[in-house]
Amino acid sequence: MRRRSEPREDLPHVTSRRWIALLDKRTLSIPHVPLRDRKYDRQLRIWGAHGQQLLESSRVCLLHCGPTGSETLKNLVLGGIAAFTVVDDAKVQPHDLGNNFLLDSSSLGKSKAQHVTTLLEELNESVAGSFVEESPSTLLETNPDFFLSFTLVIATQMIEPDVIKLEDLCHSLEIKLLVVRSYGLVGSLRASLQEQTVIESKPDNHVENLRFHKPWRELEDFAMSIDLATADDILHKHTPYAILLIQATKQWHATHGPELPQNAREKQAYRDILQSWQRRIDDVPIEEENFTEAIENSRKVFAPPGIGREVQMVLYDPKAMELDPRSSDFWVLAAALRDFVEGEGEGCLPIEGSIPDMWATTELFLALQRVYRDKAERDTAAVRGHLARRLASIGRDAAAIDAKTLRNFVKHAHCLRVVRWRRLAQEVAPGTCDAAALRQALGDEDTAANACLYLLLRAVDRFHTLHARFPGCYDGEFEDDVPLLKSVAVGMLAEVGLASGALVDDLVHEVVRCGTLVYNAMASTTSVFQF
Amino acid sequence: MEDLDGRWRDLNRLLARPGNIVGPGFEPQDEWIEFLQHQVRVLCVGAGGLGCELLKDLALSGFGNIDVIDLDTIDVSNLNRQFLFRMKDVGKSKAKVAAERVMERVQGVTVTPHFCRIEEKDRDFYEEFHLILLGLDSLEARRYMNQIACSFLEFDEDGKPDLSTIKPMIDGGTEGLKGHARVILPGITPCFDCTLWLFPPQTKFPLCTLAETPRSPAHCIEYVHLIQWPQEKGGEEFDSDDDTHMQWVYQQALKRAQQYGIQGVTLQLTQGVVKNIIPAIASTNAVVAAACTLEALKLVTLCSTGMNNYMMYVGTDGIYTHTAQYERDTQCLVCGAGVPMQVSPTATLQEVIDTLKESPALGGRHLRRPSISSGSSNLYMHGPLEESTRPNLRKTISSLVDGDGSILQVNDPGLAGPMRVSLQFRQS
Repeated sequence: MRRRSEPREDLPHVTSRRWIALLDKRTLSIPHVPLRDRKYDRQLRIWGAHGQQLLESSRVCLLHCGPTGSETLKNLVLGGIAAFTVVDDAKVQPHDLGNNFLLDSSSLGKSKAQHVTTLLEELNESVAGSFVEESPSTLLETNPDFFLSFTLVIATQMIEPDVIKLEDLCHSLEIKLLVVRSYGLVGSLRASLQEQTVIESKPDNHVENLRFHKPWRELEDFAMSIDLATADDILHKHTPYAILLIQATKQWHATHGPELPQNAREKQAYRDILQSWQRRIDDVPIEEENFTEAIENSRKVFAPPGIGREVQMVLYDPKAMELDPRSSDFWVLAAALRDFVEGEGEGCLPIEGSIPDMWATTELFLALQRVYRDKAERDTAAVRGHLARRLASIGRDAAAIDAKTLRNFVKHAHCLRVVRWRRLAQEVAPGTCDAAALRQALGDEDTAANACLYLLLRAVDRFHTLHARFPGCYDGEFEDDVPLLKSVAVGMLAEVGLASGALVDDLVHEVVRCGTLVYNAMASTTSVFQF
Repeated sequence: MEDLDGRWRDLNRLLARPGNIVGPGFEPQDEWIEFLQHQVRVLCVGAGGLGCELLKDLALSGFGNIDVIDLDTIDVSNLNRQFLFRMKDVGKSKAKVAAERVMERVQGVTVTPHFCRIEEKDRDFYEEFHLILLGLDSLEARRYMNQIACSFLEFDEDGKPDLSTIKPMIDGGTEGLKGHARVILPGITPCFDCTLWLFPPQTKFPLCTLAETPRSPAHCIEYVHLIQWPQEKGGEEFDSDDDTHMQWVYQQALKRAQQYGIQGVTLQLTQGVVKNIIPAIASTNAVVAAACTLEALKLVTLCSTGMNNYMMYVGTDGIYTHTAQYERDTQCLVCGAGVPMQVSPTATLQEVIDTLKESPALGGRHLRRPSISSGSSNLYMHGPLEESTRPNLRKTISSLVDGDGSILQVNDPGLAGPMRVSLQFRQS
């Protein structure tokens, strides 16, 4: 099998015309794909150039480089972050070699942070690594400014009081924080930052808003320009389903009034309209792909995609309602988008401009695509007008947000997101914790085990504060710690007014059995990253 | 060698301490590590995105004897996730480089590479392993391994699987931010062929759309790839790994798109469409491989309750997992105790074989030279026994088998493993 990936160094010197011709053919006509794009090809197909650019500008700080931390960072280094720094004061011990692949036997007795850094750097030459041989909790106490230079801090295997301190710091510095823990066969992952706004959330099951139920004038004119009754057979079976559905909807309204089909009988009546238009031989409808597609897609008429709950939350977020000179571009854009929806959009988001493939001739499909693209252009221009007014109202230049950013925002209007996280300190303090939610989770069969484990992972930290060790860390009499851990957990439940009945004894035992063990496969499981 | 005493401290806690949430009959003991290191043989099929993770996880779960099989060589586009490979390894065998790297890093583990296709190894090779893990990216390869694993399965007279013949298989799969892990215990949990519906059909464009009414850049690319290349390149076989081939398709598709006024043909899209590229990232592979390895450890040691039997993982919007208990298809051709086949008791063996060959439901179209046995008796065999068994072809089937409900075992070069047919006598 032939494979060529690197420019070959062993090509003969170009001495003959033949070689020149060959080289011309090989290199001159071929656009060069940068090595970087080839290396990252499989992930670029998920998050695109913009996502990759964000990843490549990330500077990551890892606290503790056991298997949990090392595996997490490994996946980020492979993806191509800008740089990382590992913070750990431990020396490599034999048991580290049994669960951490980013160490080898030559590192025994030496700095763990240094050796993990060296082996991580091997994974991707574009990533710069460094390390600090110090305990994360000491660093947090003595040198908080250290964290200033990072965009993301990944805290692994840290106990609750330290995480609370770290979260305070990260919030005040506006640094993203991920808290990762693996404990035996259990793990937890917590993302923490004040607010994350997302434009390209890439939802899984997006249905384009094609506005069959509410076509604008140009779309309706285009749809009605085709007369199915007089069309020749070729045109009849190549009329895109979008046009069939718009015509059928118009006829439905003419005969049934302004309401769209609701129940099964009405939906069937709607589909009957489509079927009545099909060409027949001996009164049997002939198979026409476009009609099959129209009937399959008629649900897009019955349940037109509105503005999703999550997009509503963005549009009517207090930050979009009340702009001030410090408002971020996202919120200014969100306000302009809301102006559009409430104004010329008549309750709809701007048209995205792309349409799914549908059975049609090339000409008809491209003409239809143009109708949608033109409308998308006009909608974007309308949002641009609102944006200029919004910018002016807060004393910013009308061109402060460029056309490309606006276009991207409008194109993804249907998948805007804002996510805000509760602080761990609020979540755990008896005064502010949501005891009702915890009670409900502990009482519901589907969530009880997870809720119990959530509580127990916090209880082992409390145990550590009380006893200066984790439960089950001594091999001999590990089961003695079961009642001790249970009493800690019961105490925590009592603090927030909950009864102890919800605690599952087998899970308490399991957490103690696993002691402080870290199993590499579990560490890998918690190594998921999102950005 | 350094003193590595205590290396397995953490793993040993999991295996030597009694627990309440463990597999049936779990025996906590220190000897598990020794057993994993020296007694168990596991096979990892695939040394790609999942394979690299599986090998690392297996080695750090104490498995000391691992084989890995992969026919592929390392490409630049592997490096964003296949962490055992470096830029300098491009072009080398994945199985060999992966095996070397794991042995360098984890002392004492033996990883034996096999740089070949899975079809190049015979059934005896696969029989050696106690456990098979799959890190594959195609349904065809999965089905092949499925036939192999299920071929070892035997049933008793009541149609109950003989537990000692079960070859456990653990399958991982990923696609972008999604993945799955499943445990296949042939005869107990569904095999691939029981649940083929889990694999969605691939999108294929109708040829007339490609030729007459292209509407999207993908249509233009597939036209050049499927229709124009064979027309214009004579007998030259298209090789998607050859850059000049790919460039030709890209340039021609670009031309065709311009002709029709279609926008959006890029080299990246051309590669994606032609090679059917599946997006892939490191963390999905890490999660799925970890789940698979953990199940492997549990199957061998029973140190915790096992997965029953299919876990899906979705990392698109937050993180979501769900475990479902799928059901076996009792009529499954591959892992069933016997697919019912109606025959007349007076039919000759030759007539039974003919019926078999004509039956699409029994996979008859795959049969080329079927050899038939029932229990321990050979009814008709190709090869050295052909002559001695040939007279049976004229005998009635009822004189050759025990009676109604008897199981015929069919072996054929067209099948990866034996097929079981349950005879249902009907009076003619």
